[in-house]
Amino acid sequence: MTDRPIKVLIAKPGLDGHDRGAKVLARGLRDEGFEVVYTGLRQTPEMIVTAALQEDVDVVGLSILSGAHMTLVPRVCGLLRDKGMNDVLVTAGGIIPDEDVPALKEAGVAAVFGPGTTIGEVAEFLRANSRPRD
Amino acid sequence: MALPPGGAGSTGVAAGVVAAADLLCEAALSGDRRALARLLTAVENRTPLAEAAMRRFYPLAGRAQLVGITGPAGAGKSTLVAALIAELRRCGRPVAVIAVDPSSPITGGAVLGDRVRMQSYAGDDDVFIRSMASRGHAGGLSAATTAAAALFDAAGFGTVLIETVGTGQSEVEVAATADTTVVVEAPEMGDEIQAIKAGLLEVADIIVVNKGDRPGAQRTAGQLRSMLADSPPARPGRPAPKHPAVLLTTAPTGEGVVELLAAIDAHRATAPGTGDGSVRLRRAETQVWAVLSDRLHERLRTIEGPVDDGPEASPPDASVATPTATASAADLLRLVATHEMDPYTAADRLLALLLGA
Repeated sequence: MTDRPIKVLIAKPGLDGHDRGAKVLARGLRDEGFEVVYTGLRQTPEMIVTAALQEDVDVVGLSILSGAHMTLVPRVCGLLRDKGMNDVLVTAGGIIPDEDVPALKEAGVAAVFGPGTTIGEVAEFLRANSRPRD
Repeated sequence: MALPPGGAGSTGVAAGVVAAADLLCEAALSGDRRALARLLTAVENRTPLAEAAMRRFYPLAGRAQLVGITGPAGAGKSTLVAALIAELRRCGRPVAVIAVDPSSPITGGAVLGDRVRMQSYAGDDDVFIRSMASRGHAGGLSAATTAAAALFDAAGFGTVLIETVGTGQSEVEVAATADTTVVVEAPEMGDEIQAIKAGLLEVADIIVVNKGDRPGAQRTAGQLRSMLADSPPARPGRPAPKHPAVLLTTAPTGEGVVELLAAIDAHRATAPGTGDGSVRLRRAETQVWAVLSDRLHERLRTIEGPVDDGPEASPPDASVATPTATASAADLLRLVATHEMDPYTAADRLLALLLGA
């Protein structure tokens, strides 16, 4: 009956305590017409995947500034696969060196958004790549 | 997968959709949390699949206690819900949460931030938290909240906490949805005059003054108690006046939460209207009228019929399609917008089209 807005989970895995970027993105995507669930700081991969499952999101966006992305991001992707949530688009953002990007994509990340990415670019990517579901 | 408008008509839903709904229901009701989440999405989007599924799960619901948690933005509803989840789990009771946050009236987007206060219970299948955007629905809930609560109920969650958007003075819809309505206030948010105004406080079964460690919390609770002490006499044909207990909590420390849960349980056991079903009858009425109004709206939006009179009803685009002039809802709306027709006449015209159709 209604056009379902794309639902995005924005999560901060691990121990970094800086979520200004995540909040700005949440607000920006709201203005682009997305429904954005924000889970707050210091989430374990298990907590993030539980939230993604319960919220039935189309996209999981992981924001990491701590440098632990090579551990945390593949873990989230693996847990999503274990739950059968292969249709959920995973993106990452924050401070992620270029040389790590291929390995993250190998692990299942669709896109890595570094500093300087505009909200519009993120929104456009999510609209084009998140799978429309019932 | 959305069918064209009207595809989900009263006569039924396509067989394939019914089969898919049955499959999803089967899984969701036997403990598959992902299936439950997907069914909630369907319910939220009010798809034909949700309608087919509702026929299946609705008869299984009716056992859970639906607890509405409402109050102004920033009073601490989400933190209190988190404390209630912890207490319910300590007692071994499964709990589902529906947390509603407002949608943007401009973009339709939303930031659903209630989860920030509630830790995710990874690995505990007996806690299920679902955020929902209000999607333009006024009154503090989303249009799908009652159906979602019924789904949690059918799936075996004995307690369903329904957290409204931050409310003002008169968003009282939750009281028609929940068995027990808890109104959360923060200290120093108003004097005795606020306490005697009509609206939100009148529908409270329990009033909580949260942030009990703040100065003024005791005084606020005292003021509320004294102003609400004289309940009006019951009048025939009206909902019975409530006699809300006023409790103090400090959600982050859990202070007062044991007492709050006890009060919620006690309300369920003794509330007037719970026994004779009048609360549930009111909920049924709200649900059926909402669906009816949706269906009518959907039909009327697309309805067309011959114009019976008046020089006003010949907008250019309507006469292009057919040689005889027809009036559609859009035409009538345009006439009202330009003040060529009054809203009552337009509404009567639409109803006449519907009844004649």
